[in-house]
Amino acid sequence: MPDDLNWAIGGEAGDGIDSTGKIFAQALSRAGRHVFTSKDFASRIRGGYTAYKVRTSVDRVESVVDRLDVLIALTQRTVDENMDELHEGSVIIYDGERTTMQDLEIPEGMIGLDVPLKSLAEDAGGAIMRNVVALGAACEVAAFPIDNLAESLEKRFGGKGEAIVENNKRAAELGQEYVQEHYDHEFDYDLETTDNDYVLLNGDEAIGMGALAAGCRFYSGYPITPATNVMEYLTGRIERYGGTVIQAEDELSAINMALGAARAGARAMTATSGPGIDLMTETFGLVATTETPLVIVDVMRSGPSTGMPTKQEQGDLNMLLYGGHGEIPRFVLAPTTVSECFHKAVEAFNLAEKYQTPVYLASDLALAVTEQTFPPEEFDMDAVEIDRGNVVSEDAIDEWSNEKGQFQPHLATEDGVSPRAFPGMAGGAHMTTGLEHDALGRRTEDTDVRIEQVEKRTRKVETAREREDWSPREFGDEDADTLVVSWGSNEGAMREAMGFLEEEDVSVRFLSIPYLFPRADLSADIEAAEEVIVVECNATGQLADVIEHDALTRVKRINKYNGVRFKADELADDVKRALGESAEVTA
Amino acid sequence: MSSQVRFTDFKSDKQPTWCPGCGDFGTMNGMMKALANTGNDPDNTFVVAGIGCSGKIGTYMHSYALHGVHGRALPVGIGVKAANPNLEVMVAGGDGDGYSIGAGHFVHAVRRNMDMTYVVMDNRIYGLTKGQFSPTSREDFETSTSPDGTHQSPVNPLALALAAGGSFIAQSFSSDAQRHAQIVQEAIEHPGFGFVNVYSPCVTFNDVDTYDYFRDSLVDLGEDEDYDETDYDQATEVILDSEKEYQGVIYRDDESVPYNERMGLTEDLSDIPSGAPDDAMDLVREFY
Ligand SMILES: Cc1ncc(C[n+]2csc(CCOP(=O)(O)OP(=O)(O)O)c2C)c(N)n1
Ligand code: SF4
Repeated sequence: MPDDLNWAIGGEAGDGIDSTGKIFAQALSRAGRHVFTSKDFASRIRGGYTAYKVRTSVDRVESVVDRLDVLIALTQRTVDENMDELHEGSVIIYDGERTTMQDLEIPEGMIGLDVPLKSLAEDAGGAIMRNVVALGAACEVAAFPIDNLAESLEKRFGGKGEAIVENNKRAAELGQEYVQEHYDHEFDYDLETTDNDYVLLNGDEAIGMGALAAGCRFYSGYPITPATNVMEYLTGRIERYGGTVIQAEDELSAINMALGAARAGARAMTATSGPGIDLMTETFGLVATTETPLVIVDVMRSGPSTGMPTKQEQGDLNMLLYGGHGEIPRFVLAPTTVSECFHKAVEAFNLAEKYQTPVYLASDLALAVTEQTFPPEEFDMDAVEIDRGNVVSEDAIDEWSNEKGQFQPHLATEDGVSPRAFPGMAGGAHMTTGLEHDALGRRTEDTDVRIEQVEKRTRKVETAREREDWSPREFGDEDADTLVVSWGSNEGAMREAMGFLEEEDVSVRFLSIPYLFPRADLSADIEAAEEVIVVECNATGQLADVIEHDALTRVKRINKYNGVRFKADELADDVKRALGESAEVTA
Repeated sequence: MSSQVRFTDFKSDKQPTWCPGCGDFGTMNGMMKALANTGNDPDNTFVVAGIGCSGKIGTYMHSYALHGVHGRALPVGIGVKAANPNLEVMVAGGDGDGYSIGAGHFVHAVRRNMDMTYVVMDNRIYGLTKGQFSPTSREDFETSTSPDGTHQSPVNPLALALAAGGSFIAQSFSSDAQRHAQIVQEAIEHPGFGFVNVYSPCVTFNDVDTYDYFRDSLVDLGEDEDYDETDYDQATEVILDSEKEYQGVIYRDDESVPYNERMGLTEDLSDIPSGAPDDAMDLVREFY
């Protein structure tokens, strides 16, 4: 058996599945092993099948596989739900004294370990510890030192007093001893420990941590699965830096509060999932046209509508790229791993402020609930740089004011980026509006000013295209005939899949796309490949559409955006001009 | 903040496009006077405006300002104040903006009691969209979308505010210039959410709730020596009295503590270091 173990605990929601799984995952991580966790959960609080799965290896693990080696089953349904992943030699730990588990039939070739979890827990001090008894039994099966589990129990229960910690350690020992005494199987596992230091965290936490590192001082949000953890992480931590979290009355309010805070000069963020993005869309346009830097996190889940709140999907790409009426400059970033959630959050704040543009950070449920181990240096705080863009100082405010001394927050500069003055700054008082406005921020319907402002906002994106690196993450054989492209959380699974493919002599080149807008032009890569495959967690292939679109022949374009409809004669001129002919049609 | 600030410093050089005679002129002048009288200046003031004729106010004033989307000015103001409590934050909009599309935010902003001022220009009609009934329109009010009345009772914004736990509830009349400015000034001085519903007649679309109507029916609580604005029961009586229109500070809770104070928000959050905080590695180590 490889050193790679797939372990799970499953039962009913409310059975303490999550905390038990986390204790085990932390024990493994602290023992210097890599961990990758995943969760099966239903959208209800009590009752309903739920499971916490841990994959662990000394080498990095970056995905889940279709295999379960050790299963702690607190209910019959846990076994049924996982039958497909169980295999010959799989170990099932269960409590045969439990009425619902008495008739459990262990399939041929699998090993059933009937351990009286509840009564052993009572011996250790209370039935509540039955899951810990099971963990002790699992340590015996996996040959994982129970001392490492004890350490994790200390961390978990230390705050509740010495006695509770001791009882839990005893419960684990009783579980281990029971298996030693009653079963004489030779288990194949040997979970070695290493001296490596790892931290274990999920994507929501990594986004929150990235936000704090990047100087985010204001967060407003409305609870929604699977984005709520971002708010829960920031609450209680952001205060250390003087910042605040506001739980708003709804997403409309959340994004408007964040907009207000951003205009007051704070680095501000909100996070939600698809239904919340829908509600935020009107204000998203306001954020963009007022050129307010704002980070909006979309932790995607299955849609449409309330869809499947606890299931994975990458279905919001079109919404993030195109959502909102009118034309809205924006950036769309999509982290591809848990640690990239941190890095992309930091980057999102810098992009937002450098270009005074809203930034969508598209995470997904798989990243949000996956806990993954990393060496702490992966989150190198010294490398975090904060770039606030063109914030003017009080001394320099005159340079950005017009001849009447009025500050120009929407000045159409060459690179499209305007000066920014924070409220409170003397001489900087200005307004801005969601209506089309002039350099002073005041409403206008002047066609020339309209054109100037549209072009200015668009130019910011062009400037960013030139100044920033939008390259994909590249893996595999550069010269392979097959090109695989994906975005978001699929990266780990695809990388591991490449290993399997290699064993069968299938070599692929893999581009993982973290920047969805602006995005790298893949036309050349696509032309160079014989086969192009786009991998994404949705039904219609939203990234595939975009890639096909990008690689099409370039078309000539005629565009008008001064607020006046096309006129026939002018249009005829435009067509001739587009065809390279000199234009002079008269009506 | 200097004492030399005059209320005209809050005027922008943009000419209002309001109809001649619109109540919003008086409402705005009073707001500017109140801001100047309370020692504010354009550089420390942030005005958030709603959408509607009333919402144009941000354009005609000079200060830091944002003109947002319909109904959602209040949360913007809350965000501004949370991020920099040193700023004087004033939110303004119409009755449609505040009590219809923005009704949810209104109730929650009252509850939150952030130290800011909310001025609603109540003309009992939708002005900007040219004369449809609004949430404060009378039940028998005939408009293009209510040819035989609205078939629903009007919202009582003062009652809404009181029920939501409002700590400062007032009403004024835009053409009673001095009283109006004084009431807004008290709202600004109140530590907490100062809410003022201002009767600002629409001369173009509302021929019922006119200057004459308000002038004739208005009772000034400031002239009633027996009226105690900190008395909840008296306030309730006035607010639920559908026979008369009142002006003055109707209710004030001097014990209430504003949200920003409860949350310990005192800092200007725009000031951040150029890299991660010094102790940022602690954030990582938590995950051992
Ligand atoms: C989402 C949305 N719906 C509708 C409108 C159109 N609209 C603009 S102003 C307004 C009503 C304004 O009424 P009120 O707040 O009473 O302001 P007034 O014009 O009377 O001052 C409406 C419905 C809009 N701008 N946005
Ligand atoms: S329509 Fe009514 S509310 Fe609007 S500006 Fe004219 S008078 Fe004022």
